[in-house]
Amino acid sequence: MTVDDQEPTSRDDEGELRSDEERSTSTKARDEGRGRHASDPTPLIELRNVTVRFGKQTVLRDISFSIPAGQTLAVIGESGCGKSVLMKTMIGLIPPTTGQVLFDGRDVSTFSEKELARQRIRFGYVFQNAALFDSMTVGQNVAFPLRQHADLSPAQIEEVVSARLAEVGIPRQAIVKRPAELSGGMRKRVGLARALVLNPEVVLYDEPTTGLDPIMSDVINELMLRTRHRYTVTSIIVTHDMGTARKVPDRVIMLYPTSRLDANEPQIIFDGKPDQLESVRDRRVRQFVAGEAGPRLLELQNELS
Amino acid sequence: MSTVESSSQSSNASSGLGGALVDWVADWGRVAIESLVDVGRFTLFILETLKWLVTRIPKSETIWPAFYQVGVLSLPVVALTGTFIGMVLAVHSYGQFEAMHLETRLGAVINKSLVSELGPVLAATMLAGRVGSAMAAELGTMRVTEQIDALACMGANPIYYLVVPRLLACLLLIPVLTIMADFMGVFGGHTFSVYVFQIDFHHYWSNSADYVMNFDIFSGLAKSLFFGATIALVACYQGFYCGAGAEGVGRAATASFVYSFVIILVLDLVMNVQLEALYKTLWPDQARLL
Repeated sequence: MTVDDQEPTSRDDEGELRSDEERSTSTKARDEGRGRHASDPTPLIELRNVTVRFGKQTVLRDISFSIPAGQTLAVIGESGCGKSVLMKTMIGLIPPTTGQVLFDGRDVSTFSEKELARQRIRFGYVFQNAALFDSMTVGQNVAFPLRQHADLSPAQIEEVVSARLAEVGIPRQAIVKRPAELSGGMRKRVGLARALVLNPEVVLYDEPTTGLDPIMSDVINELMLRTRHRYTVTSIIVTHDMGTARKVPDRVIMLYPTSRLDANEPQIIFDGKPDQLESVRDRRVRQFVAGEAGPRLLELQNELS
Repeated sequence: MSTVESSSQSSNASSGLGGALVDWVADWGRVAIESLVDVGRFTLFILETLKWLVTRIPKSETIWPAFYQVGVLSLPVVALTGTFIGMVLAVHSYGQFEAMHLETRLGAVINKSLVSELGPVLAATMLAGRVGSAMAAELGTMRVTEQIDALACMGANPIYYLVVPRLLACLLLIPVLTIMADFMGVFGGHTFSVYVFQIDFHHYWSNSADYVMNFDIFSGLAKSLFFGATIALVACYQGFYCGAGAEGVGRAATASFVYSFVIILVLDLVMNVQLEALYKTLWPDQARLL
């Protein structure tokens, strides 16, 4: 059995095996999600006027956009502009203060706890610092989603884990290591292997290249491209690495911090193809793309005073 | 000084005073609201944990490590605490009982105090420090490093996966550890009384048998069950909702111990009153001695 033809049997959020009917429904939904993007114009993920506030601080303000199935979207913007919050809002980890997040045409806020857990299996989340479980080995980390949701024997799980780790270039001898023994690049790749192990429809990458050297950053970029082509997934990449933003996505959105916007200015200041980034007129976008401080240092000093 | 300057200064002083008062009221209002939110969130956290506890048994891969952490690793420290409590009680009580020529009653005092009060409370205090702080720090680190979010993203409920096994371990093993502390305390008290103070072995134990009742042992264990639940729930809650960074984890670990300790003391008082009432209801004619 190869990894590609392996479709893990689903379990519910409590780790119990689901009935054959439920399993086939889940598989069917996943397949429909994959095959739909060619003909069906319904977006897989849609945000409608989403605002997120923490106390008095508004992180996201009236954000609306949609992502069709199969698209690779990069969300760029300076640190603190709400990119990671946006991604966590999409998967239901942070509820929007106002507005709606729709997944597959359904409002995420209306999902029951059990339904939300089931829908989350359709996502793979690559965390900024990998978020690997310290108490487990690399192999156990990657096997975790399979043990929770797939009806596979330990031998089959081991086979899938080895194959997934090999795909991201992790050697066999690292399987028994603890996350603390790995380099940053290896941790990110293990995190990617874990996110992909259940063949998700949507993969969310939270700053996948941050803190890596240029070579390892490009390795991650290549892995993201390969994942997209091999598994036909919808990808959302939060990044401030312009190398990633130019190379990997079909579409780029740039967010701007709400604290530096006027009341009626939109928070999304760019939405287009990566090659349009070079010709955009907005000074804020040009400055970010070129990586120039410009008057920003003066602005920061003014904010302090 | 002109009249205008004088009136302006007076107005500034009054607006300064008024402003300070408003700030003071606002600060207290904020503290009150935050405390209420915290109590509400803790209540919801307990209810959700209890819901998972009664609806599904945790997997063995999560239960055994929790049992090992709470039970096996706490044994030495609890045994040591119990032994020293017994010995210190013997040293403290001996002088006073000797003055009244009642030193043979020492066994009754030491053993009754141990099984009904000091064993459960001091074992729980020790465990709130050892087990509770470790749980809060572990879960806090998992929160800060997004491991709890990762669990949720993989369709595993973090409360079912992380909190329920720890609560079960504390509920089941803290009473067992209390029995261990009681036993070691009885042993320590006996050793000091019989071998150092040369109290007659027979009288020491016959007095103990006369005064220490099954209800004392029951009340101690009943209290330890609640103390165990308190330690687990407070520690897990503090870890789950810990602040950012290393400072947040440190605060969670400290808060876990402080809040657990305070709640244990309050619970001890409330339960003593209730158990006393229960005893009088069950055996109205029998007074509890000592």
